[in-house]
Amino acid sequence: MGFLLDNLDVIVEGFAVTLQLLATAGIIAAVAGTLLACVRVSPVPPLRGVGTAYVNVFRNTPLLLVLLIMAFGLPEVGVSLQIDVGPLQYSNFETYASLGLGLYTAAFVCEALRSGINSVSSGQAEAARAVGMSFGQTLRLVVLPQAARSVVAPMASIYIALAKNTSVALGAGVAEATYEMRKLLNDNATERLVIFIGFAIGYIAIVAVISLVANVLERRLVVLR
Amino acid sequence: MSSVLFDVPGPRARTRQRIGTVLVAALLVGIGYVVVRRLTEEQFTVENLDELFQPGNFEAIGEGLLGTVQAAAIAIVTSVLFGLVFAAMRLADNRLVGAVAWTVVEFFRAVPLLMLILIIFYSPVKDVMEDVGVPGDLGSLVLGLTLYNGAVLAEVFRAGVNAVPTGQAEAAYAVGMRKGQVLRLIQVPQAVRIMLPAIISQCVVILKDTSLGYVIIYDELLSQANNIGDFIGANLLTYVCIALIYVSINYSLSRVATWLEARTTRAARSSAQRVEGATGALTGG
Repeated sequence: MGFLLDNLDVIVEGFAVTLQLLATAGIIAAVAGTLLACVRVSPVPPLRGVGTAYVNVFRNTPLLLVLLIMAFGLPEVGVSLQIDVGPLQYSNFETYASLGLGLYTAAFVCEALRSGINSVSSGQAEAARAVGMSFGQTLRLVVLPQAARSVVAPMASIYIALAKNTSVALGAGVAEATYEMRKLLNDNATERLVIFIGFAIGYIAIVAVISLVANVLERRLVVLR
Repeated sequence: MSSVLFDVPGPRARTRQRIGTVLVAALLVGIGYVVVRRLTEEQFTVENLDELFQPGNFEAIGEGLLGTVQAAAIAIVTSVLFGLVFAAMRLADNRLVGAVAWTVVEFFRAVPLLMLILIIFYSPVKDVMEDVGVPGDLGSLVLGLTLYNGAVLAEVFRAGVNAVPTGQAEAAYAVGMRKGQVLRLIQVPQAVRIMLPAIISQCVVILKDTSLGYVIIYDELLSQANNIGDFIGANLLTYVCIALIYVSINYSLSRVATWLEARTTRAARSSAQRVEGATGALTGG
């Protein structure tokens, strides 16, 4: 225990980066995933095709490969994404990793939301169309708000997976919690079990908070049908 | 395709869509042209392709693929076994056994897989594996995959058995079967049908996750791709080619799962509900 307290600064630093990745990638995934879900149910066939292709590619590619393409592939063709605006400090690798995690998770958010859209009873959309709403209005004002309420639980699972997936960013050179754990494991051969338990508790805490928030949200939002 | 979300497009809407598609496609082709020119100048050059498609590289990729398939195959078998054991424990009448299984399953589901693989790789467990003749990197990867995916599968199995209508088990008890017999002869055969798509989806997740072996330098597809990319100085090109291999394998497996699911739903011989739950295939975990 004393060992963990001695290295508390390193651990906190690592988890701060993990949370930063989680937040950034989470926002990217939510926005991109919602857009993708709209595209996948849209009336325009080529758009649907693009959405389906995106989901199939990202769902079937290992996350690590996505992150490596971002982190080591893009710089080779001269894409630099360093961000330094006030409190938003992102090294090149952190931006690549957030983007990669976000785009990867977007595919899963899209599929969850799409199954939510399918679960909204058809009378809702039919009624919206009957009063003359366009596709965009039907989706935005009637179907999506109800779909979002019904997918709180699957979304929570996706964001829990995202929280754990931030650990893969160590492969792309980001100094998040698992990266710091590996460094400590390397330097302190005798304290390995303690180090593992310490970092495991950190991740479990993040996962617990997400499920707690999801439970509260679900109780508030769920629509009884 | 008919959808309740919109009217079937009429002639005017179809014309508008076509014009829109052509315009957007033209724009994308324009952007694509710039991107491709940039790529062909530095990455997707004839020389790089020539260097990538050397016989030696094919051998290396074949070796990597073998490593990936080997790790995935072993991990699938061991994960299913782990899942069966812990699902049985969670379904057991004994409270203590159930609580132990719950703790183990929840712990391994909440901790990142990469962390598990790393700690095993740095622990005495690896030395023990090496003593009995299992390569340390393969062993650490497979054990990590087993603990995580086994925990996920345990939940899938449990949900599958619980999804079989209780009348089935009650009828079996009524004709005098014991708990083990009910599970083995009545519940599991019906549960397997509804769980199969979820199990195959989890196999895709296992196959994808073998790529984490890269971090402990296990010789799998991604490590080989990295070596080749570094060697010919064209990482992006190599990664894209490797991604094609992963996508084609995993997409075929996913199609099998979808096909099985459609078949099971159509046949509907078992009245049990479909099992979804939080498998990695749905969450990206």
